[in-house]
Amino acid sequence: MNLKNLYHSFLLHLADSSLIIAQRNGECCAHGPILEQDIAITNITLDLLGQSRNFYQYAAQRLNEANGSSETEDTLAYHRGERDFKNFLLCELPNGDWAQTITRQFLFSCFQQLLFEKLSKSNDEHLAAIANKSLKEIQYHVKWSSEWVIRLGDGTEESHERMKKAIDYLWPYTGEMFMPATYDIINLEDLKSIWLNKVEAVLQEATLSVPANTFMHSGGKSGVHTEHLGFLLAEMQYLQRTYPGAEW
Amino acid sequence: MHINITKYYYGDIPDAGNNNTHESTGHSTTSSWPLWEVFIRSKQGLDHKHAGSLHAADAAMAIENARDVYTRRQEGISIWVVESQYIHASNPDDAEMFYEPASDKVYRHPTFYDLPDEVKHM
Repeated sequence: MNLKNLYHSFLLHLADSSLIIAQRNGECCAHGPILEQDIAITNITLDLLGQSRNFYQYAAQRLNEANGSSETEDTLAYHRGERDFKNFLLCELPNGDWAQTITRQFLFSCFQQLLFEKLSKSNDEHLAAIANKSLKEIQYHVKWSSEWVIRLGDGTEESHERMKKAIDYLWPYTGEMFMPATYDIINLEDLKSIWLNKVEAVLQEATLSVPANTFMHSGGKSGVHTEHLGFLLAEMQYLQRTYPGAEW
Repeated sequence: MHINITKYYYGDIPDAGNNNTHESTGHSTTSSWPLWEVFIRSKQGLDHKHAGSLHAADAAMAIENARDVYTRRQEGISIWVVESQYIHASNPDDAEMFYEPASDKVYRHPTFYDLPDEVKHM
């Protein structure tokens, strides 16, 4: 795939992050803590999957116009290897317990909200339209996940401990969201302090705090992933890899 | 015979070999969350109609759960929830004295006079 045009990489980065966290959340389907929350997390999964489809379709269109290729949303999602995926490391991390699942969503959704607000003002009308449509969904994801962070953080002794563990585990993967890649079109440094304020306010209400001076992992945005992504892709891509173009 | 069933929740399933009779107390169980009745208004101007019930820890969560469970196919534009324990219901044993006396009182139906054409929606 010819990715000389950095804008194509940026679109794939957006698509990949939404797809990979959707795939992770999708693992909760029929395994949620209770029926009602099982439906809530899978609704969010479908929102994220919808976002990724919009980005993949648009990326495929732009790629084909530029290179005369014949990519589709499916080839981009199912026929690219681990090193081609540009999602945040945060998105591919395992679900762990419910605390870890909702904290990952919280950290990601808060970032997505800020990023998509910027994208919705983009000169690229198509990108702006996708961002605008997604923002309403993301607003709910932020509300839902914030409430869970507060509920568990300020809950029982055990739920508080689990939240602390989740934040300690996930926090070192948040720095990557603000490290610019060659293809980024938004000034991420601007978003960082707003994101941190927002996240800190919720954590404070949840009687939790941000870990101090943590080493930050990076690499996802340029295709260097944790050991977890390969397994995720193996499961997600198996059918299309084994029977390319299969439909049902 | 007494069967001891241990319920495990998502993310809490122990490693193989460690599957002893560990009591998974301390985890919130479905039964510890109260039941809520959900009423949905399908569009402006219509009444809220009973849609079903669900479990939630508090009212805010009940409304969000109702949004996720009962409005995901555009069924509604407004949600009411009320904890089921606050609904007082008539006793089925009272059915005879409550409802049967009305069955032979046709004069209570507004069918004994002609409505002017101008009156609509009756």
